[in-house]
Amino acid sequence: MGGKSVNFEGCIALQIQKIDLKIKTPNKIRQSLTEIGELSYFAGRFFKEALRPPFEFNEFLRQCYHIGYRSLTLVLVTGFIIGLVLDLQSRPTMIQFGAVLWMPNMVGISIVRELGPVITALVCAGRISSGIGAELGSMRVTEQIDAMEVSGTNPFKYLVVTRVMASILMLPLLVVVSDAVSLFGSALIENIQGNVSFQLYFNTIFDALSYTDLIPALIKTFFFGFAIGLVGCFKGYYSKKGTAGVGVAANTAVVMTSLLLFVIDFVAVFISNIFFDV
Amino acid sequence: MKNQKNIDVMEQAKDQKEVIIEIKDLYKSFGDHKVLDGFHMELYKGENLVVMGKSGSGKSVMIKCLVGLMQPDSGYISVLGNEIKKLDRETLDVLRSDIGFLFQGSALYDSMTVRENLEFPMRRHKEKFGEIKDTTPLVMDALESVGLASTIDLMPEELSGGMQRRIALARTLILQPKIILYDEPTTGLDPITSKEIIELMRNIQIKYGTSSLIITHDVDCARVISDRMILLVDGINYAEGKYTDLIQSNDPKIEAFFKK
Repeated sequence: MGGKSVNFEGCIALQIQKIDLKIKTPNKIRQSLTEIGELSYFAGRFFKEALRPPFEFNEFLRQCYHIGYRSLTLVLVTGFIIGLVLDLQSRPTMIQFGAVLWMPNMVGISIVRELGPVITALVCAGRISSGIGAELGSMRVTEQIDAMEVSGTNPFKYLVVTRVMASILMLPLLVVVSDAVSLFGSALIENIQGNVSFQLYFNTIFDALSYTDLIPALIKTFFFGFAIGLVGCFKGYYSKKGTAGVGVAANTAVVMTSLLLFVIDFVAVFISNIFFDV
Repeated sequence: MKNQKNIDVMEQAKDQKEVIIEIKDLYKSFGDHKVLDGFHMELYKGENLVVMGKSGSGKSVMIKCLVGLMQPDSGYISVLGNEIKKLDRETLDVLRSDIGFLFQGSALYDSMTVRENLEFPMRRHKEKFGEIKDTTPLVMDALESVGLASTIDLMPEELSGGMQRRIALARTLILQPKIILYDEPTTGLDPITSKEIIELMRNIQIKYGTSSLIITHDVDCARVISDRMILLVDGINYAEGKYTDLIQSNDPKIEAFFKK
C-alpha cells in the first residue's frame, strides 16, 4: 500500500513538473533545448563508434575525396577573392593614415587568424553540411539506411563516422590552402597598385606572423570540421519522411552549422587569448 | 532434382509445424494512436504467410519490429529461437544475416553499382562466407536467380522499378537467408511486372527453401503465393486461415479485403 502511495505521489510530482514546464518554457525554447540534447547524444555516439573496430577505411577515403578534393575549387576561388577584396578595401584607408607599409602585417594576421578559417568554414558549411544532410536525408527517406541496418551493417559507423572524420581532417587542409591563396591575392594587388615585389610582401607577412597566430587558428579548424560534419549527419540521419524532409534537413544543417561555427569561433578566440597571450 | 528435394523438405517441415518466427501480444502506439494492439502470429518453416491489412494498419510497423528496426511498446518476438529484445547489437546483426528483407521501395544504395549493392552485405558477414577473394560467382548466381545478370555494372537509376525490385531481391538472396520478409513486394508495379515478381518469389522459395512472411494489400499476390493468411484489422488478428476459406466468409470486414 505504501509503495503504491509513493508511486502515486511520484506521478503527481511528475505531472506538476510537466505542467510547470509547459507554462514556463515556450515551445520553441523547449524544441531548441531538445535538439541541443539530441545533438550532444549524437556527438557522444560518434566518439563511441569512432573508437570501436571495424573501421570503414575505404569509405573514409572516399569521403575525404568528396569533402576535400571536391571543395577545392570553391575554396580556391573564394580564398583568392577574399585576398583581393581585403587588400583593395583596406589600402585607401591605410594610405590615409600613412600606414601602407603595415599592409602585409594587417592582411596576413587577419587572414590567418580569422578571415581564412571562418570564411572557409562558412563556405564549406554551405557545400558539405547541406550536401551530407541532403544525402543522408534521402537515404533515410528511401529506406537505404534501414536496408543497411537489416543487412547487419552499422549505418552510423559507415555513414556518420566516416563523413565526420573526413570533415575533421579535410577542413584544416582546405583552410591552409585558402589562406595561401588569399595571401597571394592580396600580394597581387600590392604588386600591381603598390609596386611591391612578391618576395618582399611574403617576407614581411612571415616576419609578422608567429606560432601564436597559426596554432590557435589551425586548432579551431578541426572543431569547425567536426561541427560541419556532425550537424550535416545529424540533420540527415534523423530527417523526417518525404521529400520536404530532405529539403528541411539540408537547409537546417546549413543554418545550424553556421551558428555553431560562430559560437566555436568565439570560444576559440576567448581560450586562445587566455593561453597564447595574443 | 535439388528443387524437388527442397519442396519435399518444406512440405515435411510444414507438416511438423516447426515455428521459426513467433510474435505474442505485440503492442505499438505512436502518441495516442494505437497501431498494434496485441498482435500475434507464428511462421512455420517452409511456409508462405501473408499478412494483409489496409494502409496504415500496422503491417510495416510489425515487420520492422521483427528485425529490430523499431522497438515495440511491449510483446514477445522470437526469430529462429532468439528473442529479439534480449539480443545485443552484434548477435542481432549475425541473426539478421539469416533474415532477408525486401523493402517496399527496393532501397538500393543509389551511390553504388548493382555489383556493389550485392557485395555490400557480404563483406559484413565474414563469419558466414569467410574471406572471399572473388565475389563475382556469388553475385552472378544471385543475379541469375532474378534473371538480371546483364545489369551487374549498372547504377540503380538506370534500372526500371521492376528491375530495381528484382535486384533488391537478389541482394537479400546473397546472404542465403532462411527467412525472407517482403514489405509490399508488388506495390507501385504494373500488373505484368507484379506477376513476374510473384512468380520470382515462388521460384526463389523452391530453389532456396526459404520461409516467407509477405506483407501486402494485393489480393492477387496473396491468392497466388499464400499458404496461410492473417487479416490485420485495428491492430489485431481479425481473421486467419487459407485464402480459399477466407474468401468465402460473410463477415463484412473480411469481404472488404477481397471485393474487386
